[in-house]
Amino acid sequence: MPKQSSFFARVWPAALAIGFLLAAWQLYVDLSGLSPTLLPSPARIAQQAWIHRQALLDNSVPTIRATLLGFSCSLTAAFLLSIVMDFSRPLRRALFPVFIISQTLPLVAIAPLVVLWFGFGLMPKIMLVALVTFFPMLVALVQGYQATEQEIALLLHAMGASRWRAFRLARLPSALPLFFAGLRISITYAVVGAIFAEYSGAARGLGIYILNAKNNFRPDLVLAAVAVSATLTLILFGMTALIQRLAMPWIRFEQAAAR
Amino acid sequence: MSPPRLQLEGITKAFGQTQVLDGIDLHVREGEFVSILGPSGAGKSTLFQLLIGGIRPDRGTIRFDGTPLAAGEGRFAFMPQRDALMPWRNILDNATLGLEVQGMSRAKARGRVLPLLADFGLQGFERHYPAQLSGGMRQRAALLRTVVQDREMLLLDEPFGALDALTRTSMQRWLEAMWKRHRWTALLITHDVREAVYLSDRIYVLSARPAQVLHEIRVPLPRPRAAGFQEASAIEANLLDMLFTGQTFAGDKP
Repeated sequence: MPKQSSFFARVWPAALAIGFLLAAWQLYVDLSGLSPTLLPSPARIAQQAWIHRQALLDNSVPTIRATLLGFSCSLTAAFLLSIVMDFSRPLRRALFPVFIISQTLPLVAIAPLVVLWFGFGLMPKIMLVALVTFFPMLVALVQGYQATEQEIALLLHAMGASRWRAFRLARLPSALPLFFAGLRISITYAVVGAIFAEYSGAARGLGIYILNAKNNFRPDLVLAAVAVSATLTLILFGMTALIQRLAMPWIRFEQAAAR
Repeated sequence: MSPPRLQLEGITKAFGQTQVLDGIDLHVREGEFVSILGPSGAGKSTLFQLLIGGIRPDRGTIRFDGTPLAAGEGRFAFMPQRDALMPWRNILDNATLGLEVQGMSRAKARGRVLPLLADFGLQGFERHYPAQLSGGMRQRAALLRTVVQDREMLLLDEPFGALDALTRTSMQRWLEAMWKRHRWTALLITHDVREAVYLSDRIYVLSARPAQVLHEIRVPLPRPRAAGFQEASAIEANLLDMLFTGQTFAGDKP
């Protein structure tokens, strides 16, 4: 199938580059004789990850839960607020600066405070994941609505469509391409946000696992947890691409026409 | 002669300091195909926006069947310059859009559109997305979406402006044949002289901005009008003359 071959055609340069980097890393560690407590080799990280697979898995579950819950909350809030802001210019003007300011807050300072206020449970993690993922999606949605073709808007007006009707029929679907672009950006922040929240205080999770591994001078386990977190992000990223394909079946033809 | 259905009297419109329309008088009778011919940027599209209620004139009246036109009355089916098909809807669902907005269920609207697909050369393409269709087919789909609304009058804003010359000619022939069968009351905006002569019963020639009606001419040619017809060429030459003369002197007006 041509589609499959084009997928591999796109993937193999990246796979080659990553493979090359790992090989160089391995070679450097082998030749320099550095201690694994300073710089573990990829092979050692893989071996230790396999040995500690149960602990890694146990600690991944709360991280995944916090990521998905936080991301869902953030997505819901961004969607509802984007609609409100699309319908009301004064609200758009009032709220946008507030959200921009929320993006300037350093996570290092905010995370411990949120843990202080809301405890070691799930709540502060959800909030921090939402904080880092909310803004890209909101901006993408608001700008996506505004990307509606003028002529389609005029056409619906001539047909006598109400503002809400025009929103549902034209502005919402017009926002999909930009929305998915925002979704891809914010999903890459989500796992990192959850880990950072756990780092500031949690009973279990990849963040706390990393903290403990670091305190025990086990950079190999730190990096094993990092690899797990990277894998999680890649899986989520792949899922957004898949959802986009399902939600926008016409996009393939537009890409084919543009080629 | 039947009374005019649409009548514009002394329509004047300015946007800020820019005078766009300056006392436009025109009318369209039942079953008549009327064109508004003018240079680009003359304010032709502003005329349509006045009709579909996007904006109001500064002066002048618009009457439909003798009564002043109220906002959102829904007498017109509008076809914008580019096809404005929704890329996320297939051809069938694009064509039903106007009926859905009118409140018809999608199933019923599809039932109305399906028998018309063959006439519009779209049979077998109803499940295709707009991106899969050629420019001419897209334009026919847009016209289908327009006429199926079953409004009293069609407003066509340079419908073939974006097509290549060959496709445009074939679309004009096709539209003439369709018009002969359905006798839509239609108002066409164009800057294509040949298109105006080919399709219209009457043509209003507009000046450059601020737009005034320079001439109103009748096209008494029998239909179908094969392109290259001698009398058509004479009218075309005459119209081009009017347009260029109008443009030369438009700038001198106080």
